[in-house]
Parts: sequence; structure tokens; C-alpha cells
Amino acid sequence: MAVVESNSAATSAFPRDGNGFGWLQAIHPAGWALIVFLLFLPAFGSNFVLVQIFGWSFILGMIALSLMFLAGYGGMVSLVQMTVAGCAGYMVAILGDSAITQISLKWPWWAAVPIAVLIATIFGTVSGALSVRTEGIYTIMITLAIASAFYYFTLQNYTIFNGFSGFNGISPPHFLGVDWRDPTAFYYLSLFSAALSFVVVLYVSRSPFGLALQGTRDNARRMAALGFNVTAHRIAAYCFASVIAAFAGVLLVWYQGQISPGTAGVGPVVDILVIAVVGGLSRPIGPFVGALVYVLLRTFSIDALQAVGLDGKRFQLVIGLGFLIVLLFSPDGLIGIWQRIRPRLLGPRNAEGGTP
Amino acid sequence: MSGFASRHPAWTLVLVVLCAVLLWMIFAVWPPELEQAIGRKRVFLSALLNGITLGSLYFLVASGFTLIFGLMRNVNLAHGSLYLLGGYVGYGFASLSGYWFLGVLAAFVIVALLGIVLQVVVFRWMEGQELRQTLVTIGISIVLADLMLWAFGGDFYQIETPSWLAGPVQLPFVLAMRSNGEAVMLQYPLVRLGIFVAAVVIGVLMWLALNKTRLGMQIRAGVDDRDMLSATGVRVQTVFVAVFAFGAGLAGLAGVVGGTFQSLQPGEDIKILLASLVVVIVGGMGSIPGAAIGALIVGLAEQFGSVYMPTYAVVLTFVIMVAVLAIRPQGLARGR
Repeated sequence: MAVVESNSAATSAFPRDGNGFGWLQAIHPAGWALIVFLLFLPAFGSNFVLVQIFGWSFILGMIALSLMFLAGYGGMVSLVQMTVAGCAGYMVAILGDSAITQISLKWPWWAAVPIAVLIATIFGTVSGALSVRTEGIYTIMITLAIASAFYYFTLQNYTIFNGFSGFNGISPPHFLGVDWRDPTAFYYLSLFSAALSFVVVLYVSRSPFGLALQGTRDNARRMAALGFNVTAHRIAAYCFASVIAAFAGVLLVWYQGQISPGTAGVGPVVDILVIAVVGGLSRPIGPFVGALVYVLLRTFSIDALQAVGLDGKRFQLVIGLGFLIVLLFSPDGLIGIWQRIRPRLLGPRNAEGGTP
Repeated sequence: MSGFASRHPAWTLVLVVLCAVLLWMIFAVWPPELEQAIGRKRVFLSALLNGITLGSLYFLVASGFTLIFGLMRNVNLAHGSLYLLGGYVGYGFASLSGYWFLGVLAAFVIVALLGIVLQVVVFRWMEGQELRQTLVTIGISIVLADLMLWAFGGDFYQIETPSWLAGPVQLPFVLAMRSNGEAVMLQYPLVRLGIFVAAVVIGVLMWLALNKTRLGMQIRAGVDDRDMLSATGVRVQTVFVAVFAFGAGLAGLAGVVGGTFQSLQPGEDIKILLASLVVVIVGGMGSIPGAAIGALIVGLAEQFGSVYMPTYAVVLTFVIMVAVLAIRPQGLARGR
């Protein structure tokens, strides 16, 4: 979650200057402050804040991050990422343990989780391979169609996916001597996963593969003429993004303790897009900012709406209107707004990072 | 078509045989072995006719969607919401006035006006930014869905069928022979046939408008090359507004039609949007004949799927989409 790119993209976050710790210097002071804050949050935050606010934000942020990677670096707005997460969650429920004993296979977690991630990654990669057969804006349609097909399939299928009711009674495992159901432990688990995926995305975006992917985004024909296999790069990007989304899906099913078709329904699928776009599609920090804003809105908007005399159920309206306003006035999302006002507020030198 | 026959003789033969088998299955009295193998003929014929009428509804929705995309490159993901809105508006007008046609007219006009407002106020702002436009339509669909949930609640509404379309009608399809030699004919709801006829009429009118009128010529030219069209002095913005209004109005009209023979409820917007997406992916974006073919295929797949393999009905539709994407990514009816 560090803000390592307060300068331009020309300065790498990982300068290969020999001593191996140079990348530590690249982290902005505000980034350090954020890291310290997040690491010591359990010392003063309540369990509700730890899990329901930050834990959930990290999980949604990871799913949105996988969308941001595809959209920001690959130019492919994929709506299938939430479905990949849902697929991984379902697989954890089916292969592992749940209250639906006639379906769940009761594998131990160390077997269920990798297989679940593998299956979800294959699903995401195949979806990607289908959608990269067409250009640009078609992606959003095809992935939306795949996502809805998955939703209706899980709704109708009782033999594998247990239909409308789905699975409940899923709990995080007990390993390394830690019970990961414990709020503090789960907070650190999600924080660590989110930070790891953030760093990996940042690293991949500067790697030769990531640079080539950004090249295909900017000019696919020129990249093809240079000898790059554009389709293979795009499918590989889907594969990479699916791994992140799949791990987030495992965390999601542990967080919620249950999974049903609604978990990866059209609403949540669109919510992930909203989170990524509102946060900002240009930087990996954006999805986490968007996720935190979304979770805060989701948690507190009922009270806020009732305070101004509206029904608390109008939450979707708030989300939709907020999304439209951000889209109409700042295509770069909240990150874009921050970058525009930062020089005016603080001057470019001692600007703070884009902390949420 | 003759070109197709000479180029692909084997495929033509397969198609002819399939058509012959289909015709025989529709008109002949089924032998008992066949009824044992795949069920009663009544079920088969109902699925066939239901599929065709459902396809008609999908055609009405998807043709507006595909026109808007073809001309403006705007993937209008609020199309399902416009459908549902049209249904509610039509329900209101039809139940207040008692005239079904007034409901259809009101839905068409009001949703078309909304389409004009959207095009002029929102989409003209971000001309040429496809992705941003698409994201905006997602935002609009979220807002509209919640506003409609607010106004109409979660109940489901059904628009009353006009009396002259109500009730069943006898079709000249023999289901079985009684022992006294009397034929049992298929009874079928007249309103569904009416919808099929309406879809055909609208489709033909649209084809005529696109191919025989000046505006249609401009629209076709715009689908092919928008910049060149505007360079020739055509007021492209006017054409855009006209097409967006017409496409939106068609969605509203389809909402009344769908509300008459299905029902209106929250969530229906997403179902219809998904159907339109698959229809245009299968048929080919921006093509009216493609929308017709795609709608027919998707409607039939849905109905036959829900009759013969209930838990995998969605998968059948999806498999068709995947197969088309794998073999002809540009859609069945698109050249290039």
C-alpha cells in the first residue's frame, strides 16, 4: 500500500542499484506513515474497524486491483474479475468444508485453496482468451455476458453449486498455530495479501512483460509489427489478474463465511468496476482507495441517508450518482482529483502521497 | 444464397436435411417411438413457438441496442433499464386509460424522449470516448434501477392483454390422432403470435427505413464511416439523436410487450440486458439482420434448454455465444 511513485513513471520503484535495499528509499515518507499506521492499527482499532472496514476493503481492493491491472495497463475493462473471485470462493466451499456436507469434499485447506485458485485462474484465463478475440469495447460486453452466465448457472445448478442458497458455514482455517478467524489475525492476513498483490502488480507493471502489455494498450498494431504476440500478452495479463482475484475470492469466502450466487451477481460485478473507476484506473493504489470509500459508504450511508430523511435502502442510488459524478468530472477517479489539487495545496515538493 | 449453395455444397445439404426434418417434426403426427425418446410433441411445439416469440421480444430490444452501437460505438448498458422503464410507463398508462395501445405509445415516446435527453446532455459531452460512455451507461443503469425500485417496489406487475389478443387460438399443427380419427390441434396464446407478427412488421419497417430512406442511408453510411459522413455535410449529431431516440423508444416499446406476456419486476432489466448482449454478440454488432438471427437463436436455445435440460439452460445459451466467438468473433451476420 506504499506510495512509491510520487514521481513520474521514469524512476523505477525497484532501481537495480546493487545493494538490494534501494527500493526502500523509493517509498515516500507518507507511504512509511501509512505502513506504520496499518501495521499498528490493531493496537487501537476495534474489531469492527479491523475486519468489517479494513479487511473487507483490502479484499474488494484486491479484486478491483486485478481489474485495474487489466484496464489500466492492458486497456481491457474486464467485468469478469468478481466472477473469478466468486469461482474461487465456490471452489473453496466445494472442495473444503462447509455446512452443506453432502456436497463439500472436506479437503484440508492446503489442498483446497491451491486447487480453488488454480480452477478460478483457468476460468479467468479462458474468459480472457475468449474476450481478447475481439477488440476494445467488446471486452466489456463479453465479460459481462460471461459474468451473468456464471451467476445464472450457479443459481440454477443444485448438484455442484447448491443453487439459490449456496454454501454457508465456511470458516478460515487454523494453521501455523494461529486461528485465522480471530479478527486481528484475519486483519493481518488480508493486509498482507493486499500489500503483496499491490507490490507484485507494481513490480509486474515495470517488468518487460508489463511494459509490453502497456505497449499493446497504446498501439497494438505497432507492438505486433515489432514482433510481440499481442494476444498472448493479453491472455497472460488475464491469467495474472485472475490469480490475484482468485486469492481475493478465497479471502472473501473466509470473510463472509458463506457464498451464494448473489456474491458474484451482476450487482457486485458492477460494484467492482465502480470501485476501480472511482478510485482511479491509472495507479495500483486507486482500487484500494475506491474500495475504502465504497466500504465506508456502504457501512455508514444507511445512517447518513436516514439522517437526511431518506430511506436507508437508497444506498445504490448514492453509489450510482457518486459514480456518475466522478466519471463526468474526473475520468481518473479520486486519484486523479488528488493529483490535480495536490500542487495547489502543498506544492509539488512536499506533497503527501495519495493516502486514503 | 445461390452463391452459398455453390460454395458450400456439403453444408447446404446438411441445412436442407435439417430443414426437412424440422418441417416433418412440426407437421407430422409423431410415431410412438419418437414420443418415447424425446417426449410429447405438444412440449416440443410449445418450446419451438415460445422460443420464436421470445426471440421476437429479444429482437425488439436488441435491434435498438445494436443500432445505437453500430452508429455511435456506444455500448448502452442502460438498455435493460430503458426496457424496464418503458414497461412501467406502459403499465401506468395502460391501466389508467384502459387502452393497451396508449401504453405502448406512451412508453415509446417517453423513453425515446429520455434517450434524447441522455444523448444531448450526457453522451455528446464525451464524444468518441467509448469506454467513458459505456461506464456512464452503467452508472445510469444503477441509478435508474434504484429509482424504479423506489417508485414501484419489488412487486411484479403484469400489463393486461387487450381483449382482442386474449385467449388461445387453434393452430394448424396436428398434435395427435384420436382413436376416432379426429385430429388434436395445438392451442396457442394469441398474444404471443401477435408479438411475433409485430416484431416481423417492425423488423421489415426498420429494414425499409434503413435501406430506402434518406435518413436510413445516412445511418448506414455512419455505421461504415462516421467521420466521412460528417465530412460530406450531414448533420451527424441530428442523426445520432434520431437513432438514440428510436433505439431507446424501441426498448421502451419492448418493455410493454414483455410486460404483457411476461412480467415486470426488478432484475428484469439485467436479464434483458444480458439477452441483448448475447444476441448482438451472436448476431454481430450493428447489424439488424444479425439481431434477428441472434434473437431467434437465443430465444430458441433458452426455451429448448429450459424444457429439455432445465439445470443447464443458461449454459446452452452461453455455449452458443462461446462457439460463435471462437469461430466467428465478428458475429454470424457481419462481414469482414
